[in-house]
Amino acid sequence: MSNEKITIAKRIAKELKDGDVVNLGIGLPTLVANYLPDDVDIVIHSENGILGVDAAPDKSLVDKDLVNAGGSHVSTKHGACFFDSSISFGIIRGGHVDVAVLGALQVDKNGNLASHKVPGKMIPGMGGAMDLATGAKRIIIATLHTNNGSPKILNELTLPVTAINVVKTIVTEKAVIEVTPEGLLLKEIAADTTVEEVQSLTEAPLIVSPDLKSFDVAA
Amino acid sequence: MKNKIVTLDEVMEKITDGATIMVGGFLSVGSPLSIIDAIVEKGVKDLTIISNDTSIPGVGNSKLIAAKLVKKVITSHIGTNPETGKQMMEGSLDVQLVPQGSLAEMIRAAGAGLGGVLTPTGVGTEAAEGKQTIVIGNRKYLIELPLRADIAILRGTIVDTFGNIFYNKTTQNFNPVMATAADLVIVEAEKIVKEGDIDPNKVKTPGIFVDYIIRSNSNE
Repeated sequence: MSNEKITIAKRIAKELKDGDVVNLGIGLPTLVANYLPDDVDIVIHSENGILGVDAAPDKSLVDKDLVNAGGSHVSTKHGACFFDSSISFGIIRGGHVDVAVLGALQVDKNGNLASHKVPGKMIPGMGGAMDLATGAKRIIIATLHTNNGSPKILNELTLPVTAINVVKTIVTEKAVIEVTPEGLLLKEIAADTTVEEVQSLTEAPLIVSPDLKSFDVAA
Repeated sequence: MKNKIVTLDEVMEKITDGATIMVGGFLSVGSPLSIIDAIVEKGVKDLTIISNDTSIPGVGNSKLIAAKLVKKVITSHIGTNPETGKQMMEGSLDVQLVPQGSLAEMIRAAGAGLGGVLTPTGVGTEAAEGKQTIVIGNRKYLIELPLRADIAILRGTIVDTFGNIFYNKTTQNFNPVMATAADLVIVEAEKIVKEGDIDPNKVKTPGIFVDYIIRSNSNE
């Protein structure tokens, strides 16, 4: 995993509070669990039917009946439990997940999310993404700031929408941005960038917070 | 009491061309692998498959797709099996994508005698195309209709001879809802025990839902 992605995971880890019920999407979001502060213990939900997911087990302890929603073998924490898909998505839609950390293809200034389809190129199906984006109390997007230089944070989505007006926070390797009724609020920038650079890589206009901070998670 | 335990050959007589079949499992964990293999071997065709996903190549229900036995699949995710996408693009396979939580509730609704479910998931997206919406309070919901099948094929970790099922860990997934929503319910058991030998507190699927039990050939 690239340094940029690790930066994003480390910064998002600081957003999570002790006791939060958290769903981590496949890929980059999964990394967040590796960087939690020592005094923060979260309950990780996996949509195939687990609360209390823990790290991948040693090979000798792999259980064929225990995987996460990405199909990877996992272990469980003390106090974990299992349930069926109906209960699992009831937990999601019912607002019982405090935070979902999701990847994105595009996000726009209204908090609309595109994460499940590139017509003609990538049609994997929405899986649990629409339910998570609709139902979790807070959606944090974990994404590289651009797709090989072309902005992913847009005025309006150009890809099919996954959920409307749901994104609260966007964390990239360059910036932390809150979606507000007034527009996108730039709250933090990485130590190695400038407001001007972040804006130049972002299609939607950014409102610079009067309280703009710098983040440096390498420290 | 009717003896529900049959051989795989006996159960395969019930699975015929053109059937709509629900297949339990999540990326094949909790899937009835022996029954899937037998369907491929028998070459039962023109199937409509309802399943969370189409697994990964070479495992579980992906074998049905690879053998071109499926004409339509109703599922939430096909991204782990490139063959499903390939057949969809070629036009030989009809793929109906449904949000995962909606799929579970549509199946549950069918089994629970409900006329459908109202869900906020998918409102304003392509998942809403062709569906009615309704506003309750200030929120818009999609009306998702019940989803039934001719046959459900499930996997249970321990099944008693009455059909009561215990599912280990993450093998539950779609199995419990699918058990309620098909005309014929067949469970593949990793282990079969005498009626009553599963602690009633641990029974997830009541035996009344189950028509036939076969012994799994698979340790996967």
